[in-house]
Amino acid sequence: MSERPVPPPNPVSAGFWEAARRHELVVQRCECGQYRHYPQVLCPDCRSANWTWARVSGRGEIYTFTVTHRPFHPAWADTVPYAVATVELEEGVRMVSDLPPEDTEAVRIGAPVDLFFDDQGSFTLPRFRLAR
Amino acid sequence: MSQARGCAIAGIGNTAYTRGTDRSTLELHLEASLVALADAGLTPDDVDAVLPSTSAGRGADEFILNLGLRDIAFAPSAHMGGASLLSSVQNACLAIDAGIASCVLIPAGRRGYSGERISTGQGVVDTVMATVREFEQPYGNMGAAQWFAQAAQRHMYQYGTTSEQLGHVAVTCRAHANLNPQALMHGKPMTLADHQASRMITTPFRLLDCSLESDGAGALVITSADRARSLGRGQALIAGVGESHSNVPTSVTQKPDMSIVQSLQVASARAFAMSGTTIAAADAVLIHEGFTWYVIAALEALSAVKPGEGGPFVADGNIRLGGALPVNPHGGALSEGHVSGVNHVIEAVRQLRRTVEPARQVPDCANVVVVNEGNFFDGAVLVLEKGEL
Repeated sequence: MSERPVPPPNPVSAGFWEAARRHELVVQRCECGQYRHYPQVLCPDCRSANWTWARVSGRGEIYTFTVTHRPFHPAWADTVPYAVATVELEEGVRMVSDLPPEDTEAVRIGAPVDLFFDDQGSFTLPRFRLAR
Repeated sequence: MSQARGCAIAGIGNTAYTRGTDRSTLELHLEASLVALADAGLTPDDVDAVLPSTSAGRGADEFILNLGLRDIAFAPSAHMGGASLLSSVQNACLAIDAGIASCVLIPAGRRGYSGERISTGQGVVDTVMATVREFEQPYGNMGAAQWFAQAAQRHMYQYGTTSEQLGHVAVTCRAHANLNPQALMHGKPMTLADHQASRMITTPFRLLDCSLESDGAGALVITSADRARSLGRGQALIAGVGESHSNVPTSVTQKPDMSIVQSLQVASARAFAMSGTTIAAADAVLIHEGFTWYVIAALEALSAVKPGEGGPFVADGNIRLGGALPVNPHGGALSEGHVSGVNHVIEAVRQLRRTVEPARQVPDCANVVVVNEGNFFDGAVLVLEKGEL
């Protein structure tokens, strides 16, 4: 089975992946209090450049999803159909994650999810699965 | 633009639309460009601006060299993915209006079948892809079908839109393509049952919800309306044009409300403010649709219907030829060909010129609205009006 695409970090986002390696989920939090994701230089609300990595709960729910039957990348050729979800965290930010195979049938908009970490060798993906 | 209706599409041209070609994308663009110039009664010697397509990886140098263009004064490329074409039309109007250029060539189209397959997302080369590459593709959210599918899924959740309603868009476009001999799907009828039986690609999109991966190119020649009239090509006046770059421009998944195409609402408001018309004046709408759902979303964004009413509207037959608001009388990207939306503009011009096959001519067609979807829900809108020869 071929490998997943490797996330190519940039100077602003590197801390997200370093935290994931430690099995921590972090997003940027501006000095004005706003959480934001994906990583960017300035806060779009107050334009401040002062932010820190903030650990977040990993609790959220499915905002939307698609169950993919045609593999668009060889890494998923043996695992179709698989669900890709857009997850909205309690902190208000959204993240994308594929769900584990056992969730493909049950995935629904609004379903609560839990966080887990998927070590891929050279990198670690924070991922989500339906809450049990 | 200081004056709406100051410019016109004086020339149109296209290659055959195919699935498979041994010609390069550049060769296709050059053929379409020569056809469009001849259609306008002009030659490459008249061209003083060329607006290359970044989606097709093209640069002005290639056209200057191959067409022997003598003095190019203006050559910007738009970076709006599928909305780059109409963004370039706006750039052409601005240049003509400002006196910077007088004859603008806009080639577009790509080898979506033989070159970079559209479905892989590799057709998009712009840096705008960086965020998706880092935060979505490692999770298998690879390309446009999955991005739009998640938006469609949200639309279904919020409004009860159904797969059958999506299917009506596909069936309508196919019926129109069967009246259009140059359509890739001409001679291949489709029923709603065919749509429902087609294999699932990524829910809710079945194979027949997806536009065609095809090879081909088209080109537009834009001049002042006065010059177009002097050439006997004043039929397609540019009454209004507008673009909008969406909030959160690097991923569909981050839109505050994924079920609406907000930038298209804004772009159409801009275009209609310029034209002084609304969607109510449109005799036909040409929507560059990657997927069936986008037609429904675009009709809602244009205020043809309220949010959530697009599904029932298409299922009731309103977008058929002869319906309240015909959409894509050529068959669209779903059934004529996916040519970066240039085929939609060409069809709009032909409808205004009355040069399409009589069976798909929109009666008394005098106002056509063209819609482009761009990178991650960017949008652009063009309002064309019938002018004097």
